[in-house]
Amino acid sequence: MAEVVLTGLSKTYGATQALKDVTLTIPDGAFVVLLGPTGAGKTTTLRLIAGLDQPDAGDIAIGGASVLAETPAQRDIAMVFQQYSLYPHLTVRDNLAFPLRSPMIAMPEDQIAARVAEVAQVLRIPHKLDNKATALSGGEMQRVSIGRALVRNPRIYLMDEPLSSLDAKLRADLRIELKRIHSDLGATFLYVTHDQIEAMTMATHIGVLDQGRLVQFGPPREIYENPVSTYVASRLGQPRIALLPADAFGPPAQFGAPEGAAQIGLRPEHILQGEGPSALVHRLEHLGDQTRLHLDLGPHRIVTLADPHTRLGPGDTLLIRPQSPLWFDAQGQRI
Amino acid sequence: MSGVSSSWSVTEPSKLSKWLAATLVLAYTLITLLPLLWIISTGFKSGPDSISYPPKVVFEPSLEGYVNLFTTRTRLGAEAFAALPPPETWYDRIVRQSGMVIAGPSRFGERFLNSVIIGFGSTALSIFLGTLAAYGFSRFKVPLKDDLLFFILSTRMMPPIAVAIPIYLMYRQLGLSDTHLGMILLYTAVNISLAVWLLKGFIDEIPREYEEAALIDGYTRFQAFRKVVLPQAATGIASTAIFCLIFAWNEYAFAVLLTSGKAQTAPPFIPTIIGVGGQDWPAVAAGATIFLLPVMIFTILLRKHLLRGITFGAVRK
Repeated sequence: MAEVVLTGLSKTYGATQALKDVTLTIPDGAFVVLLGPTGAGKTTTLRLIAGLDQPDAGDIAIGGASVLAETPAQRDIAMVFQQYSLYPHLTVRDNLAFPLRSPMIAMPEDQIAARVAEVAQVLRIPHKLDNKATALSGGEMQRVSIGRALVRNPRIYLMDEPLSSLDAKLRADLRIELKRIHSDLGATFLYVTHDQIEAMTMATHIGVLDQGRLVQFGPPREIYENPVSTYVASRLGQPRIALLPADAFGPPAQFGAPEGAAQIGLRPEHILQGEGPSALVHRLEHLGDQTRLHLDLGPHRIVTLADPHTRLGPGDTLLIRPQSPLWFDAQGQRI
Repeated sequence: MSGVSSSWSVTEPSKLSKWLAATLVLAYTLITLLPLLWIISTGFKSGPDSISYPPKVVFEPSLEGYVNLFTTRTRLGAEAFAALPPPETWYDRIVRQSGMVIAGPSRFGERFLNSVIIGFGSTALSIFLGTLAAYGFSRFKVPLKDDLLFFILSTRMMPPIAVAIPIYLMYRQLGLSDTHLGMILLYTAVNISLAVWLLKGFIDEIPREYEEAALIDGYTRFQAFRKVVLPQAATGIASTAIFCLIFAWNEYAFAVLLTSGKAQTAPPFIPTIIGVGGQDWPAVAAGATIFLLPVMIFTILLRKHLLRGITFGAVRK
């Protein structure tokens, strides 16, 4: 349980600049989610905090003191790797007990047994405890790997896409379980994911990385409603935000566009149906809880939501117009 | 992985080709085992049987060869021989049959023990140093890494015996001639390049994530090496150890040159058996048979590791 402060962190691997001058404060007890495509620097951030790599510049402080000179073990962190990294020569039980048997913790064996049983229960793998780690399915390996972090009570949990290879049901359950652990223990989490549902439901803060730079950091609602750029806006929202030239609906000033607006960003809630120019319904997707409308507005394609009981079908037309949309300049910055 | 899967790669081999393969393997096995069978059977033949032509396949087994291997014998005058009390043990009896008496034990036991100490000692040292060096080369940024690795390999580019004379002179100077330590160091020096290169290959195959996980789980680098890397390198260590032992065990030239008494190993000793009381082939064959055993036992013990193959890793690739 501790605050983690990254200051001006930079890291290059060979010719690739993985992180550029990242400054970020992970408050004590926060659940920070890092978003960004592959290569944005998410995993690098975790590896630097863990002490597996040394930054080229900048500082990392955990609980108020710089940890740059400390070994990974001394930093007292737990990490879930994307490649589960279970010890293949050990059983599931010994994998889970491994951190507790380390010289850093050296817990008595009876307490270890209790702790391992408890975590196995949470992750629903008690029946697998005596299996070899290699004799598990992908999802079970990932759960053991999460379990190996959860047996401990470290200053921060680092998780690199821990739920990525689980099926939808288990993923939803574990999402809730992790969130419960977060609120029960008051533990600090730094969590990397591609999945926006994970980001929106679990995070207290979201950090968006773009090619090694932290472009926006804030609570999920703020990132969603108030993105600083088209890049950030595209990270969240299903269906994705539609980005069109500012004059796609006619003169931009008519919809309150500020000076210099080059692009208009439309999430489904920014589209008012029944007024304005007419768009052609191209396709409908019934997803059960929502129905997605694929619209052609002149040469532009817009995906938005429709009433689940809509009578619209391909070939129909629909009037739409923007309603307090997001405006971006030619460089994609929000204005 | 090749992206193309051709139809023949997935079809079960035909019955005929299986039979053919089995026959070939069997024939090869027989051919390679034949000298071994010859040695083992000769060890149990009597002197005349061992040199009879055509060779006897069926013969009356005798332990004479083994008794001769472990003893020295003398021939007494006729009346002294007749005056002897009756033989007390079965090996006394065997020796008496050829008109001789046991004078004392031979040196085979000591020489064999020397082989064991030097062979296993140098194997252990090669593996210990080789594993640490291979791990370092595999995981850390070592300045001039490629040059160092090439240098280590280059010691294998000539036959070791090419440096026999400098080593002979050096060992005389250092007092390492005819010592166990000298021979262990020498065989280790020859084996270390093989050990480093083989083990580096095996350790390169072990994903770093395991050690990284262990480092985060509260272990030091060395503890992670011991608890996570070593168990997974067991297969590689076992096969490397077998190669090292076979070299050190069978080495002849250096052993002839550098050992004569205290530290003499079995290979230079076995040929000398032949000179004791004529051409005693059964004793030579008995010595060779016993000499074969340790490497065979060692290989059988480590077979499990050799066959287990590369760990099916719990790392998602």
